[in-house]
Amino acid sequence: MSAHSATEQPLLRLCGIHKRFGDNHVLRGVDLELAAREVVCLIGPSGSGKTTLLRCVNHLEVPTEGRAILQGELLGQYTRRGRLVSLPPRELAAQRAAIGMVFQHFNLFDHKTALENVTEAPIQVAGMSKHEARAIAGRLLESVGLAEKAHAYPRQLSGGQKQRVAIARALAMSPKLMLFDEPTSALDPEIVGEVLDVMRKLAHEGMTMLVATHEMTFARDVADRVVFMDGGVIVEQGPPSQVLTAPSHERTKRFLARLL
Amino acid sequence: MDDSASNSQALVPTLDGHVERRPKNTPAGVLLMVLKWMARAVVLVVMVDVVRILVTSKTIEWGTVAHYLTFGAILAGALTTLELTVAGMAIGIGIGVVLALMRLSPSTVMNAAASAYLWFFRGTPLLVQIIFLYNLASFIQRITVGIPFGGPTFFSWNTNSLITVTSAAVLALGLNQGAYMCEIVRAGILSVDEGQMEASLALGMTRRRAMRRIILPQAMPVVIPPTGNNAIALLKDSSLVSVISMKELLYQAQLIYSAQFNTIPLLVVVCIWYLAMTTVASVGQYYLERHFDRGSTRTPPPRFRTRFGRNLTSILRPGARMGSASDVAAAAQAGQRSGLGS
Repeated sequence: MSAHSATEQPLLRLCGIHKRFGDNHVLRGVDLELAAREVVCLIGPSGSGKTTLLRCVNHLEVPTEGRAILQGELLGQYTRRGRLVSLPPRELAAQRAAIGMVFQHFNLFDHKTALENVTEAPIQVAGMSKHEARAIAGRLLESVGLAEKAHAYPRQLSGGQKQRVAIARALAMSPKLMLFDEPTSALDPEIVGEVLDVMRKLAHEGMTMLVATHEMTFARDVADRVVFMDGGVIVEQGPPSQVLTAPSHERTKRFLARLL
Repeated sequence: MDDSASNSQALVPTLDGHVERRPKNTPAGVLLMVLKWMARAVVLVVMVDVVRILVTSKTIEWGTVAHYLTFGAILAGALTTLELTVAGMAIGIGIGVVLALMRLSPSTVMNAAASAYLWFFRGTPLLVQIIFLYNLASFIQRITVGIPFGGPTFFSWNTNSLITVTSAAVLALGLNQGAYMCEIVRAGILSVDEGQMEASLALGMTRRRAMRRIILPQAMPVVIPPTGNNAIALLKDSSLVSVISMKELLYQAQLIYSAQFNTIPLLVVVCIWYLAMTTVASVGQYYLERHFDRGSTRTPPPRFRTRFGRNLTSILRPGARMGSASDVAAAAQAGQRSGLGS
């Protein structure tokens, strides 16, 4: 909330997001705003809706109700005769290109080298020249510490290396916003750090980040704001010092007590 | 064998270190061994006899075979067979990809249409489809492209001028192949992790681009082996179009032997050509598989020659892999790793 004061308009605004999978009401009205350059960590028990909320932002899941707005532009939908309808695929794709996403299971393209993973979208989607895309990809791989792995296939990389390539791949489209869906949950404890270091660096460079995570240390050190979700709603939010050390809500206390 | 017979209950250390008693030369074990050697002897005798018949038979007339093996009409027929196979596979793969995407689409209409296609083309014999298509003109007189229900017509053809022997043969083989390719492509697409599509979409690709650039290439290792099998099957099944007098390998041979009455030599010629083509196709399939395996395994599979050589060795020397008394016992122990007893 204090982070809001710096900017006039939020970069991302989620209004009344509901998501139902059949009878399963996963998100029950979520409102959230992210200022530019803000890092927000989503915490909460499994099944609380963190992942679904992230996926609703770039319409990998279409929200049952509510809207997501990036820099004033409604995502995935437009108004036709007073009703919200889905955007045509091509325009939705263009909107998604401006939002980077990092997945729990990396989802690197297994048939392409690390470098090709990073250049794929700039060449195919943004229409960049191969030469230019390779130069940018080389710089990005270097910034995540994997310059020497540029020609390795994903199967030749460790989990931490894969995730760092995945971050570079998302950054190659120069996104306005990065979504991280439990980026370290599938990693061995000893290599979690190398991924968090890259994310930390990214946060310092001023990237706007929405991170679903179980890494409380990361949330405490890096996040401008921590959002605790449970049962498909935001239970409480605030600066990490407040939410993580002196939570006001009973459910937050119980969740943190179980974790520490 | 003699020394193993002397100690009838050998103590053999197993993998996990404990020693166990193995029944070595029980009557059942000896009987099994005798039966195995008898089976080998019978197979060997039959094989020798087959070779003897092939070599000494008067009806095969190897001179005639040699003469017709490189006869112009036969060569032309073999070439036509290859062309039919390539064209049939090309059409089949095209139709197969489209059908697979239809079957995977959320649209009920698309799904039902693809399922109906599969139901018909897999549920009726290829031979019937070939004859049916050849006689299409008496069923549908004109083929038109335009707006249905009284709208304008853009193109219109007389079916009779469209369906020739060649086009009927190629189309029938291709349409039939398409039904089988559909299932292969579908299985391939389903084998690719869902996360690949999600990552592509998140990067701003459209579904179609993601399918073409990310999903289909990764489906290839799963798609190639059965496609190779289908191509080889199609190579042989293309002989069916001889019934509509398509001048492929079998039909050319039939033309010759119906006039010269040298049926057997010409059928041998046909067999030799089919064998040559399917063998080359198998080798080609192997290299294709190896090419598309990139990125899916750490070590490339052994070269074809080594693999083929190993198979050949095991065929020629049955004793190389089994035959000692202890192996009989080892075989009796289900689940044990092989090689312990020898």
